[in-house]
Amino acid sequence: MSQSAVVSRRAGKNYLNVETSVKSWLLTRDHKRIGLMFLVLNVGALFVGGVFALLLRFEHLSPGPTIMDAITYNRLFTLHGVVMVWLFMIPAIPSAFGNFLVPLMIGAEDVAFPRLNLASVYLYVAGALIALWGMFHGGADTGWTFYTPYSSMTPTKVVPILIGVFIIGFSTIVTGINFIVTIHTLRAKGLTWMRMPLFVWAIYGTSIIQVLATPVLGLVLLLIALEHSLGLGIFDAARGGDPVLFQHLFWFYSHPAVYIMVLPAMGVVSEVIACFARKNPFGYKAIAYSSLGIAFVGFFTWGHHMFVSGQSTFDAGAFAVLSMLVGVFTAIKVFNWVATLYKGSIQFRTPFAYICGFLYFIVFGGMTGVAVATVSLDVHWHDTYFVVAHFHFIMVGATLMAFLAALHYWFPKMFGKMYNEGWGLVSAVLIILGFNATFIPQFWLGNFGMPRRYYNYPERFQWLHVASTAGSTLLFFGFMIILIYLFIALRFGRRAEWNPWGSRGFEWRTATPPPTHNFDQAPVFTHGPHEYHEPHEVDLA
Amino acid sequence: MPDTHVHRAHHFQDLGKQVHAERLGMWLFLGTEVLLFAGLFVGYSFYRTLYPHAFAEASHHLDTPFGTLETFDLITSSLAMALGIHFTRTGRRRLSVAAVALTILMGLAFLGMHSVEYRHEYLEGMLPGQYYHFAELPLAGASLFFTMYFLMTGLHSLHVIAGVGVLTYLCVRTYRGAYSPAYQTPLELGGLYWHLVDMIWIFLYPLLYLI
Repeated sequence: MSQSAVVSRRAGKNYLNVETSVKSWLLTRDHKRIGLMFLVLNVGALFVGGVFALLLRFEHLSPGPTIMDAITYNRLFTLHGVVMVWLFMIPAIPSAFGNFLVPLMIGAEDVAFPRLNLASVYLYVAGALIALWGMFHGGADTGWTFYTPYSSMTPTKVVPILIGVFIIGFSTIVTGINFIVTIHTLRAKGLTWMRMPLFVWAIYGTSIIQVLATPVLGLVLLLIALEHSLGLGIFDAARGGDPVLFQHLFWFYSHPAVYIMVLPAMGVVSEVIACFARKNPFGYKAIAYSSLGIAFVGFFTWGHHMFVSGQSTFDAGAFAVLSMLVGVFTAIKVFNWVATLYKGSIQFRTPFAYICGFLYFIVFGGMTGVAVATVSLDVHWHDTYFVVAHFHFIMVGATLMAFLAALHYWFPKMFGKMYNEGWGLVSAVLIILGFNATFIPQFWLGNFGMPRRYYNYPERFQWLHVASTAGSTLLFFGFMIILIYLFIALRFGRRAEWNPWGSRGFEWRTATPPPTHNFDQAPVFTHGPHEYHEPHEVDLA
Repeated sequence: MPDTHVHRAHHFQDLGKQVHAERLGMWLFLGTEVLLFAGLFVGYSFYRTLYPHAFAEASHHLDTPFGTLETFDLITSSLAMALGIHFTRTGRRRLSVAAVALTILMGLAFLGMHSVEYRHEYLEGMLPGQYYHFAELPLAGASLFFTMYFLMTGLHSLHVIAGVGVLTYLCVRTYRGAYSPAYQTPLELGGLYWHLVDMIWIFLYPLLYLI
């Protein structure tokens, strides 16, 4: 395709400027616009959850009351968890980037069910509004895990938050079903399973987990809501019920949910790393199948949350071994990514900086994960800051790094503008340093015996809490810089070239930003993704 | 065929692919429904193992003849639904409307019978959790049986209500001639949903009434 065709296409309409009325956005069925709406909503949720986290950290600057009372503190950490898990982490990459990219990557005009896709946005908004209403009318102080028996008798307003999360669960299920059906039925000619981009593989694995696990969460949230408002006794030991049954049902969803958060992140890494190393991903099949492996094994690890909840020794041992298998699949991916980098011609741009952060965090987060999966060690670390630091390394460290990498890598594709590379690198360094400063002290705190969710702490822990708060402030500044320069880029940014990174990803075969129906003619695929030894194919005409 | 153009969405190459996608989507959705109930089945099995005697005793106090009648009613309604789809496929619209309408009536009959049953249990005090005051059965764990009973049949009844709503919409559409031998996928998917509601009852009936 000649350069002139690219230029003439650029003068035409794309999905952003084809219609600009508010109504055209609110009623759109275009997967790209829906992805963009999710992106804005998710960034909003990230901001709210981040401010909650910052307030929590400031409270811990000194022992005893610092800026809030104990009940406010309890509400804030609950809301921080609820907002970050259900409003940001779970939909962040699949609903925003997945919606935008999957049809482009498989050469389809749209997802299989565009109307349901739009409905998933409104379900998300409805759930978020109900949960927000609950937050401002009493909030909940149970922690995001809603453990019984406390959640069935807390005086705070836990029911609206449960209902809100239940509705958001529907949004997740709809998105998952849509992706599975899209990937099965709408792949363009020549795009066999073994030619699918690795991001699509990761989204496929994620969707399976979303579809299988979320209904169980929906049920268990309903049960807690009924238990709280009616006293059915299903988890109430006084009436013969068993609170541990709640933990089993809850973690049957919520542990796979961790992989809903981290699998798409792994997909992003596979795409970005191949592009900036200018090499085919090493071990394409191993990376693709290990996504499915994680999705599968992830369903048999939930018991590792109950090592100290009265589980039999045999069960605990079995769950420990199964949990460690996840480490094996993750390690397969990490080794393949590192092997992709080996002898590549690396371009160190902002998305790649975040990928470096990702690799570091997933290795340390993963290794501490294997450590807490060891029953004897977990008895010491259970419910301490060690666990908090571990899962923040995976969720924030890995998923958020990948989210930021995706945001920078696909920003030109989505908006047709370039951001400032210098500021991009500055904020990446700030965020990675700030993140380490926030959570490394928390590993120490946990190991010294500081329990999670405690309002007060002894004097000797103060220096570690202060270090952690300092780190979170750094993190906050990093995010603010990103927000500012991305806004500037949207208004005044240099117009992006058609393929600014020289990527061979399939999503770059069409114009930047893409036209409403993605391709003027149905594309035909003749080779696998990320093949940097092949000349690039373009379907712009 | 002019017929197929009306139903095909722009992003599918042909109607066959679209029907394939719609069926796959529906089956995945039915899978999520099964998993929704799975949590309750797990709870039931767990508490039944914990309190085998109380569960067996409590189950004897349910109205088994009534439950059997409800089972008969639901299974027959599934047959009527399958016939409704068959009649649309063979181009007999009026018969199809009648069969779907019969399905709806039988769904409503199920809800009616179950309300009578609920009323009886309410009056006897066979209620979940803190409301349990059934004098004949003071065993520990008996109240949990009724908790599970009301949760499982309650969630199932909600699905019957949703199913009746969906079928009413489909019945009106069929009456207006929206479906034809060439394309009747929505009717077929509505039927799948109704069969699922029926299937879940087939598991609930023995677990709650018979064993």
